[in-house]
Amino acid sequence: MAYFCGIDIGASAAKLVLIDSQRQLLAKATRRSGVDYAQTAQRCLDEALHAARLNQSQICGAVSTGYGRDNVPWATGKMTEIACHGRGAHHFFPQAITVLDIGAQDCKVIHLDASGARTGFKMNRKCAAGTGAFLEEIAYRLDLAPAELNGLAERSTKEAPLGSFCTVFAATEILEKIRAGIAVEDIIKGAFRSVVKRLLEMDVVTGTLVMTGGVAAHNPALVRLVEDAFGRQVLVPPEPQFVGAFGAALFAAEMAEKTQKGATSC
Amino acid sequence: MSTANVERKDFAASKKLRDVMGQYFAELERGPAEGKKTAWCTSVGPAELLRAMGFNVYFPENHGAMLGASRMATDLIPLANARGFSPDICSYLTSDIGSYLKGASPLQKMKLSGPPKADVLVYNTNQCRDVKDWFQFYAREWNIPCLGVHTPRGTDAPDRDLIDFVSRQIKDLVEPLEKVAGCKFDPDRLREVIDLSRQTTMLWKAVLEAAAAVPSPITFFDGTIQMGPAVVMRGMPEAVDYYKLLVAELQERVANRVAAVEGERLRIYWEGMPVWGKLSPLSNLFMELRTCVVASTYCNSWIFEALDPADPFRSMAQAYSSIFICRGEEEKEAYIERMARLYKINGILYHDAKTCPNNSNNRYGLPQRLQQKLGLPYLVINGDLNDLRMYSEEQTRTNIEAFVEQLLQG
Ligand code: SF4
Repeated sequence: MAYFCGIDIGASAAKLVLIDSQRQLLAKATRRSGVDYAQTAQRCLDEALHAARLNQSQICGAVSTGYGRDNVPWATGKMTEIACHGRGAHHFFPQAITVLDIGAQDCKVIHLDASGARTGFKMNRKCAAGTGAFLEEIAYRLDLAPAELNGLAERSTKEAPLGSFCTVFAATEILEKIRAGIAVEDIIKGAFRSVVKRLLEMDVVTGTLVMTGGVAAHNPALVRLVEDAFGRQVLVPPEPQFVGAFGAALFAAEMAEKTQKGATSC
Repeated sequence: MSTANVERKDFAASKKLRDVMGQYFAELERGPAEGKKTAWCTSVGPAELLRAMGFNVYFPENHGAMLGASRMATDLIPLANARGFSPDICSYLTSDIGSYLKGASPLQKMKLSGPPKADVLVYNTNQCRDVKDWFQFYAREWNIPCLGVHTPRGTDAPDRDLIDFVSRQIKDLVEPLEKVAGCKFDPDRLREVIDLSRQTTMLWKAVLEAAAAVPSPITFFDGTIQMGPAVVMRGMPEAVDYYKLLVAELQERVANRVAAVEGERLRIYWEGMPVWGKLSPLSNLFMELRTCVVASTYCNSWIFEALDPADPFRSMAQAYSSIFICRGEEEKEAYIERMARLYKINGILYHDAKTCPNNSNNRYGLPQRLQQKLGLPYLVINGDLNDLRMYSEEQTRTNIEAFVEQLLQG
């Protein structure tokens, strides 16, 4: 059996998956990207290899993606996160889709046709609005752990809208709302809505909507707001924060199969 | 994705380019000692008239680009911001005013004292209002005349009325300019200068059109360097001589199928301003991706085919008012469509320059309309001509790499 690896070193977290030639997920690992991307990549790999009871020599191909894609010494190829998120999402939903990926530092809209070919994409402008960093900042201001946001938003009965685009101004608005005695859960829901509004203005959505990335993984309340805003159902693949890494592993498998036709091991 | 590491192939002519540009700046520096007056002129201002009236002509936008390319702009812009010139307005203006306030200029690295002090400032608002505001700053500082031409913008092809209106304004400059120059206007000399300017323009056009060859012998990034004489030496015989040399070298490259980007796989059109402080990393990135940015609106903006020595004032008006930047959206679309065909483009990159709405053509749905019409994918990158605070290297790289991946899908 041949095994492949995909690693997505994002602005905040590194995600790694191992798959086999049947495209089955064998193991995954994640840790904070840190400052030494090569070391982080190796640690993720060791952890996943251990879990899958494999050793590194059994990996026939590895594709790196994300901000740290150039810093993985053992990668046999690299692709952008746009390509990998698209590839991963299309694996789970093989049809014409628009992928919305909300990462720590950026958000992306990726259009794919039914064959999985990309027809266009957009990344957010140079601004934290609409990204995970925005929600992290809001959580910090409210002295909450990011993991608490979803539960609070679920309990909101009266959303407190945020008018501002900018993370810093939004934080100031939040302070005003706290002073005015507005419930924290309503403020969180307002912050979620603000992220969704940024997505809405990025591009026109066509086809089925798929959400990937950590924000979608941890915040079903936000996913529902996206459905509400776009007026269509949102599909979320399993382990949405690993979709980029999974897409990278799929590329690794395809590249290896192209160069060593029919190989079943390496 | 397969990438390649390749060296930029400089032109043999480039050595001559450095000499020619060096002489131009040295002449500006010597001007006052030689009793010559200096006129500052906007990039598509009435340079031919100024040159014909004996002025040394200096272009602050060129200085702006040098401030950007040397990355001095980043430290200088805040000085102008603090004086009330917003970070949201033209960053050529803010970097140039910052440079003046600090007394620091890239010209000093060329052993010159800095930008020459003007005797008169002459603008044309065909490109934007910022140029007038920029020149008025210096008019107040130095208490010198600031004259100009106000060109209607956003119209379709300039009609008779518009040309009448603009050519009358250019004629009206003659009298006040005579006062500053201390000499009489000579129409024959103007014809001569216009003739030289037209020769420069046609040669510059030939330089750019060499990129229609596959593979292209020249990139947009080369163009931003090679355009120096076309920008600042219109109407001077040295510019004509230089471009004859460059055109010959390009013809040789085309004949020998010398590619500016080794292994050229894709051909991109650059719409919008250069990111001056990032020319070299961007050029390298495209080279690694074996993608040639073959053409741009920007470099083509110094082609003034309408210039005609037989009808100096009207032809100047026609040439200055026909530039892309002052056209309406429909004409801009048609223009880019022609360019896409001529240069066999695979995709269009739009640079949305934060501080230059005038040269950012992605803001009114044009990329989407052209994509629909031509089926050409597009990419918008956010950045700026000079203010690198508005630019994210990593985001730009990811966007460009992802765009190339998309184009290579077939
Ligand atoms: S056109 Fe843009 S870059 Fe040029 S002077 Fe005007 S605002 Fe500045």
